Amino acid sequence: MGATMTQSKEAIATRVAYGKELLELGKENSNIVVLDADLSGSTQTKFFAKEFPERFFNMGVAEQNMIGVAAGLSSTGKIPFASSFAMFACGRAWEFVRNSVCHNMFNVKICATHAGLTVGEDGGSHQIIEDIAIMRVIPNMTVIVPADATEAKFATRAIAEFFGPVYMRLGRSNVPVLFDEKEFEFKIGKARIVKPGIDVSIFACGVMVSRAFWAQEILQSEGISAEVINVSTIKPIDKETILSSVQKTGCAVTCEEHNIHGGLGDAVAGVLAENHPVLLKKIGVQDQFGQSGKADELLVHYGLTKEKIAEAAREVISKK
Amino acid sequence: MPFSEEKLAELKEITKDLRRSILKMTHAAASGHPGGSLSAVEILTVLYFAILKYDPQNPNWHERDRMVISKGHATPLVYSILAKAGYYKGDDLLTFRSLGSPYQGHIDRLRAPGIETSTGSLGHGTSFAVGAALGCRLDKLNNRVYLLNSDGELQEGSTWEAIMSASHYHLGNLTAIVDRNRIQLDGWTEETMTLEPIGKKYEAFGWHVQEIDGHDMNQIHDAILQTQEIGPKENKPCVIIAHTVKGKGVSFMEDQVKWHGVAPNDDELAKALQEIG
Repeated sequence: MGATMTQSKEAIATRVAYGKELLELGKENSNIVVLDADLSGSTQTKFFAKEFPERFFNMGVAEQNMIGVAAGLSSTGKIPFASSFAMFACGRAWEFVRNSVCHNMFNVKICATHAGLTVGEDGGSHQIIEDIAIMRVIPNMTVIVPADATEAKFATRAIAEFFGPVYMRLGRSNVPVLFDEKEFEFKIGKARIVKPGIDVSIFACGVMVSRAFWAQEILQSEGISAEVINVSTIKPIDKETILSSVQKTGCAVTCEEHNIHGGLGDAVAGVLAENHPVLLKKIGVQDQFGQSGKADELLVHYGLTKEKIAEAAREVISKK
Repeated sequence: MPFSEEKLAELKEITKDLRRSILKMTHAAASGHPGGSLSAVEILTVLYFAILKYDPQNPNWHERDRMVISKGHATPLVYSILAKAGYYKGDDLLTFRSLGSPYQGHIDRLRAPGIETSTGSLGHGTSFAVGAALGCRLDKLNNRVYLLNSDGELQEGSTWEAIMSASHYHLGNLTAIVDRNRIQLDGWTEETMTLEPIGKKYEAFGWHVQEIDGHDMNQIHDAILQTQEIGPKENKPCVIIAHTVKGKGVSFMEDQVKWHGVAPNDDELAKALQEIG
């Protein structure tokens, strides 16, 4: 099924998997170029930079220009990967992403790291919880949120082979390795059932996929069968998989390390409202800014836990 | 070396055709930007008919010179000159700004050929040109990247990010031309937000700077040829600050803020066309 959960105890940040795969892609395809905005040590583009200095462009602390330059490089047939913290690559440079990249349909990959609360200690100024929303509303844009290192690796390769603007959301902190490379498949636009179930559909992305899986284990111990789906492509959203799941379960929970407004929850809610309305509860950041703290503490503080997911699942099931 | 009398006469005819077309297009659309189109007529005429390497039959020819238009509101001029350069017939130019037209309010590369990048939102073209210049250099292409800036867009911070990066990356294959017509939407640039000393600012950012009369086609030509030599020799980007008159060629539009973004009515069109002859 392409999404078997591993029993591995290993934890790797998605940004690390991205940086390693980018280096591999660089070896295979001389058209791959990489841009960064003074954060290559953090975004992990440093490996590519070291191996291919002539194809790596540090643009300094100037994200708008980085995105515009990436568009120009793309016009000459290059495949630019532009990285920075998500706050700046998406937030600061949004209008360049919209006009220079997407309105032009240039083949630019914006692979931004340190998204969400799990940035941790840097605090609210850096913890972007709006990126999925502001990227997915731009026409021509594809939005991908890998759940673990395996998916980040496969997605990095897939977006290099895909023509068109892509935003890929990556994290700073180590996250459990959920999927075994040997059995893993990744297709842009395809959500994957990581655990089949019949009582409730739990849709998750990014770091919350592991939490959703653990919530499912809690529910199972109570005799509730939850279906857990990894919606790693937020746009275009996999309507088919979402609808076939809720047609079976009749209720839904969404989980994301993002504002409850405009992210995965709203994307799923949109599909459901237009096609098969069922009750849906959104687990996410409740429209407030983050703060300093350890990644795991922050997830607990803002209610992004397996317990809250399980509670939401019980609630939607009870109202069926 | 100055143009031959014959060539200069030919170019002057082209500038007249372009001015007529700019006026007719904005009149037909009842909107658009005549002022900043008229000010850049000579600059683009020299580029398209004496400098640029391009093939209208093969707009994506890899070795072509890249002509990046950062002042994406100069659409009546750009679409008129692309027609004249042979990218399309242009018998439908008067559909400008209307629904379904290839000729959008601000240039759109996906709807008409010959456009390197869609602009209109100011401050994008310089970054794009830097990227194009880096890409051309990676491919060791025997070409140049030319960039037309407005003066008003030099108020965008992103433009200076791009200017900084062009000299950092020693882009000797990049020539920028600033259409210094001194007027932006709200008024004189120096009253709205001081730009001067523009030349010194570029110099401080590591560029080679020339200042010319942007309506004198010999000066434009010479200055561009100089950048072709100096850029690669000194490994630095070059800018030409072309002093121009907004609304150039139509007496009642010249130096008038009003004509930044207003179209001529029937009477004004007739009067303007008569002046151009």
